[in-house]
Order: sequence, then C-alpha cells, then structure tokens
Amino acid sequence: MSARDTDWDGVRLHVVTGKGGTGKTTVAAALALALAVGGRKVLLVEVEGRQGIAQLFDTPPLPYGERRVAVAADGGDVYALAIDTEEALIEYLEMFYNLKRAGKALSKLGVVDFVTTIAPGLRDVILTGKASEAVRRKNKDGSYVYDAVVMDAPPTGRITQFLNVNTEVAGLAKVGPIRNHADVVMSVIRSPQSAVHFVTLLEEMPVQEALDGIHHLGESGIPIGAVIVNMERSPVLPKGDLDAAAAGTLDLDQITHGIKAAGLEHDADRITAVLAREAADHARRTALEAREKARLADLDGPRYELPLLGDGMDLAGLYDLAQSLRNQGAA
Amino acid sequence: MRAFDIDRLIDDPRTRIIVCCGSGGVGKTTTAAAVGLRAAERGRDVVVLTVDPAKRLAQSMGLSELDNNPRRIEGVEGTGELHAMMLDMKRTFDEIVEAHSDPDRAKQILANPFYQSLSSSLSGTQEYMAMEKLGQLHRSGAWDLIVVDTPPSRNALDFLDAPERMGRFLDGRFMKLLAAPAKTGGRLGVKVLSAGFSMFTSVINKVIGVQLLRDVQTFVTAFDTMFGGFRERAQKTYELLQTPGTAFLVVAAPEPDALREASYFVERLAEERMPLAGVVVNRVHESSGLSGARSLAAAETLNERGDHPLAASLLRLHAERMQLSAREGRLRDHFTSAHPTVPVAAVPAQPEDVHDLDGLRQVSADLAANSAA
Ligand SMILES: Nc1ncnc2c1ncn2[C@@H]1O[C@H](COP(=O)(O)OP(=O)(O)OP(=O)(O)O)[C@@H](O)[C@H]1O
Ligand SMILES: Nc1ncnc2c1ncn2[C@@H]1O[C@H](COP(=O)(O)OP(=O)(O)O)[C@@H](O)[C@H]1O
Ligand SMILES: [Mg+2]
Ligand SMILES: [Mg+2]
Repeated sequence: MSARDTDWDGVRLHVVTGKGGTGKTTVAAALALALAVGGRKVLLVEVEGRQGIAQLFDTPPLPYGERRVAVAADGGDVYALAIDTEEALIEYLEMFYNLKRAGKALSKLGVVDFVTTIAPGLRDVILTGKASEAVRRKNKDGSYVYDAVVMDAPPTGRITQFLNVNTEVAGLAKVGPIRNHADVVMSVIRSPQSAVHFVTLLEEMPVQEALDGIHHLGESGIPIGAVIVNMERSPVLPKGDLDAAAAGTLDLDQITHGIKAAGLEHDADRITAVLAREAADHARRTALEAREKARLADLDGPRYELPLLGDGMDLAGLYDLAQSLRNQGAA
Repeated sequence: MRAFDIDRLIDDPRTRIIVCCGSGGVGKTTTAAAVGLRAAERGRDVVVLTVDPAKRLAQSMGLSELDNNPRRIEGVEGTGELHAMMLDMKRTFDEIVEAHSDPDRAKQILANPFYQSLSSSLSGTQEYMAMEKLGQLHRSGAWDLIVVDTPPSRNALDFLDAPERMGRFLDGRFMKLLAAPAKTGGRLGVKVLSAGFSMFTSVINKVIGVQLLRDVQTFVTAFDTMFGGFRERAQKTYELLQTPGTAFLVVAAPEPDALREASYFVERLAEERMPLAGVVVNRVHESSGLSGARSLAAAETLNERGDHPLAASLLRLHAERMQLSAREGRLRDHFTSAHPTVPVAAVPAQPEDVHDLDGLRQVSADLAANSAA
C-alpha cells in the first residue's frame, strides 16, 4: 500500500516512551506528522492528562474527543486525543455494562479516585484499552479509521507496567470482564502491529533507562521499535582536534595566531586560554556522548537521530523533525 | 540577588535537616549527596537519604545494595562521617505495619494481596515513606545532620502534598465505606449515598470480581487500628519541616519549566512557613570573555578567508556557549527579580555526569564558591 518502504510497514500502534524530559511528546508528535504524510490519517494520543500535545501544537486544551490538530505535507491529517481517565472509565462502563448513569454517580463517590489511586493497573487498562480501540476501529466499508495511532506514553520507569496490563490486572482480577478486556488489549499490544520506541538523550541516565526499559519490555514479549536519540548536537571539531583538546595538546600558538588574524589583536592570549578550556570541556562532553552512543550500538532495532533545534521548539521545527524521521526510514 | 552561602548553613550546628527538592532530573540527588559530603568533610556526622541515585553514583557510594539502613561511606576526608542510604519504600511501609500491630495481625496484613499492590503502587507512597524515614532518622537522635533527597516527581510540590493525600486516603471515609457499607451508609443516613454505594459495590463486583473486594475488606478490618495513624504521622513530619532546624534547598535547572516549578515551590514554602535556605540553579553553562557576537564575527572572517579552521571552530563553539550562558542568565534574572530575597547559587554543568566522590566534591566546591563571588 505504501509507496515507499519504511521500517514500520504493518505497524499501526506506535508507543513512544523515554526518560522524563527526553522529548517523548515532541517525538511522538513528529512521528505522527511523518506517518500522516501523503494523505494518511493518524491519531496522536496522550495519556497523562498534561495537555502536552495542545501546548506543542499551540491549540487550546483538548477536550475528550478526537480533534484534527495538524495537516501533514501532501495532505495527511493528524488527529489528537487527550485521554481522560474518568471519561474513559465512564465510557468503558457504558460500553461493557450499560452503566453510564451509574458511572456518573460513581465518579461522585470517588470511584475514579479508587481506580486511579489504589489500582493503577485498572487505570492502565482503561487507557491502553482506549488506544487499542482506536487502533482497531473500522469504517463501514471495513477499512481502518486510522492508518496509525501514536501514543505519547508514560516514562520508561513505568512503561512495562503500563503496557503489560494483563499481568497487572491478573494480580487483582483473575477472572471476569475486566480480565477479558485486558486480554484483548494485550493481544493488540503484543502483536506485530505494535512497536514501542524509546527516546533518549546521549546522557548516562536516559540511556541507562532506555536500556533497562528495552530489557524489561523484551522479557514481557512486547515488540520493541526504534531507539530515537533526540537533541543530538552536530560535531564542531574534527576528531584529531577533539583528541588534542581532551589531552590538552592543542597548538595554542596557532590558535592565538588565528585569533589575531581575525582582527582580535587585543587580548588574544586571554581569549585563547578561554577557548582552549572550553574546547577541553567540549571534548569530554563529546567523548561521553560517543560512549553513550556505543552503549546503544548493540541493540537490534533501528536507531534514528534527531538534531537539537538551536532556536527551541516551534511548529516549523516539529515539521523538520518529522521530515528527518522520514528521511531515516521511520515513516 | 543574594548569594547563597552553603558553608554558613552546614557549619551552623542548629541546622539539623536539609531537604533537597525540585522537579525531575534537575540534580536533587546529586546536590543532596554533594551537600552531605561537604558537611561531613567539615566535621559533621551526616546521613544522606537518597531516593533514586544514578546507578554509577550509587555504586561508587557503595549503595548498590538497597537495605533501607544507613551505610558508612569510605573515602571521606576530615573529621566528620558520612553515611548514606537508599529509600526502600515498600520495606518502610512494612516496618510501619510491623511497628503498629501485633505480630499475627502484621503477618496477615503483609500477606494480603491488596496490601501488596497498595504498598508498591499507591501514588504518593514514595513521598510518604521518604517523609516517614526522615521522621525515623530524626527521632533516632543518632544524626547530627540529615540531608534528604526527594522522589523524582514531575511536580516538586508533590513532596509536600502527596503524604497528606495518601494519609487522607488511607484514613478516609472511602476505605471505611468499602469495609462496612451498610453500617456507615446507615449512620450517615444519606439515602442517595447508600443507594449509590450499593451500586458501587455491585459495579466493583462485576468489574473486578468479588475476590478483590473481599481482599480489600479483610485488609481494612486488619488495618483498622492503624487508621488515623497515617495522617497523624504525616502531620508530625510536616511540622518537623516547619521547625527552624530544617532548611530547604530548592534545586532547579536553568530552564523555564524547572524554574517555574522552583518558583511555585518557593512560594509554597513561604505560605507553609517552611524555612527556605536557597535555590540552587544546577548545570549552568558559564562563559566569559569575548562576546558571542564578536566571536561569531571573528569566526566568519576566518571562514571567508579560508584560514585557521581550528580557531574558527573554537570561536564558533565559544559563541554558542555565550549564547547559552546568556539565555540561562536571563532565566535566572527573571527568577531573582520575582524573588529578590531568595538566596540563589549556581553550579556549573560538569562536562560529564557526576558519579563519584570527586565529582561530588567538585559540585560542592562550586556551590560554596557562590558565596565568595
Ligand atoms: N530536538 C529538539 N530540539 C530542541 N528542543 C527539543 C527537542 N526535542 C524536545 N525539545 C524540548 O525539550 C523539552 C522536553 O520535551 P518534551 O516535552 O517533548 O519531553 P517529554 O519527554 O514529553 O517530557 P515529560 O517527561 O515531561 O513528558 C521541551 O521544551 C521541548 O520543546
Ligand atoms: N552539575 C552537574 N554537572 C554534570 N552533571 C550533573 C550535574 N548535576 C547533576 N548531573 C547529572 O544529571 C543527572 C541527574 O541528576 P540527579 O541528581 O539524579 O537528578 P534528580 O535527583 O533531580 O532526578 C545525573 O546523571 C547527574 O550525574
Ligand atoms: Mg511529555
Ligand atoms: Mg533523584
């Protein structure tokens, strides 16, 4: 169907996780835009009730409903949905038990508190259940409503628990309707139609979390997608200079010479000293990034790299990230 | 702007508790460990309660084993001692249960499936247990100075609010309703409520099954003697945080979100009359000398001439750094103009992660340098 080969042909549920602050929301949105290119319809879902998507697309807070938030290149559509646990729970009760009114009354009694606080496993079933419903939803003619669903998921520390709803619920409910529901959700998440992508920075803790997360998720049989290195900085110095900077053996006279040649006669020595110190920091930083990257090298799946956008994030930047994902085969 | 003086704080024997808080990933754990180390090396007997240290930092401090008890850290210079521990929230919860019920009942509670799921996933438990552990360490009287790291929550305020929320929940009407619907409903005499309630139990029954409800009820019955206790305990530690021996260090990154969180926290501390010692802006990029614009212009000149590529690259690097530094400086100024009386300190970003005592020593030296500057 697709005009070009991508790494994820056949995948319809993309789950994006990563350590807090690494760019999950941003990358999920860019991926949704990338997948929508060429007239496809993609749903971007948010599950943590923080309205991160609305902020990113600069729209008012999303109600509990699917709204178009962006148009992709060549006319595809990105819809967004911020799943609200309470609304989704009531919808669930209505769908499965015909209990809409009860649902409303229950939320007054604090049942939603009960669900969200005491049994996070149940909350997760409701959230993942809503997402997999969107994945499976069909038009009258039998075609899928959404070509793909992208989820801005909880951070790595909670992702296995979040997606592995079956095991979570099993501890609480061994039989019964919620258990059956969890089984259906699980069959979507475990299928080759799903992929969990990990966003990371080239820093120790985010990489460690990604590696641990991939390990845990792999054990539970949930398909791992790509590792997406976000906010990568482009190299400024060639390798030889980096090594010299780290070792403190840069040719300072030559640098001073260059600085004078650029018209900074005055103070050239002091400037050189500052530049050399900054170069040494930069070299150590670059070495650390290379080490962290090497730790990711052994992983099986594809790895994409997204640049650090110097001027901060805006819509134009988001489209650039989407294009970059496409260029690397993510969509 | 007032400069924050860490040494005055840790050298003052009246300082007994230092709490490091802030939003996720800003360096709370690192700052707590660095402050603890410096205080120990300046002669205090310190325990640092960490919550989620980075793997290598934990290893270098001998904290890879999580046993909920302070361990002495080797390699500390000077006359004081440094102990550190990593919070085990489930263990701490279990300990409360064991301390407040007879052995049989404790055993019954600990084995209850509902308790097990509650004690490891009830939201706010980590915050509650961090406070609980702080209270225990304080009551033991064994420590001259306690430095506390706080759980990795997105909202810094969770540290103050979550324990109370959890206490309220555990002590709440809702739990009792679960245990004895008929009785409570009758006593309240609210018809709507009891009608709603029977519907509630029937839905819970339908949805989750009768077995969970039974577990909950067994749990609530066994737990009965402890209700009330949770809120009271949370309240006590809260009061401890309001005493003059306590000092809050709010940690932030030089980024809009983190500084906004820090602002909320600072304002909240004032409302609660909790003593704020200062704000630490961590991982700043300092730079000096040639301005970014001149540096960039010089790099252009060299590029146009195709001359001195190394000098040109370094000038570009410097320009970027000056820009970053200026951006961070503006954010800091913005914060200080909103909070002119709050002492602020900046700690430079080290080129690599902080993962051993030397790294921590560097952070604490950088922190201390603020008062001299
Ligand atoms: N490639 C990039 N270049 C520049 N800035 C970026 C990039 N990716 C993300 N950011 C910025 O980094 C910050 C964190 O990104 P984002 O909110 O997407 O992360 P997150 O993982 O969803 O965070 P949280 O864990 O809080 O949900 C935002 O300010 C975002 O604009
Ligand atoms: N001043 C600093 N320079 C370099 N790296 C730092 C600095 N402060 C913290 N880090 C690193 O940042 C990461 C997160 O720090 P951490 O203290 O664990 O944050 P928090 O406890 O707030 O989540 C760690 O890898 C730590 O080594
Ligand atoms: Mg997000
Ligand atoms: Mg921490």
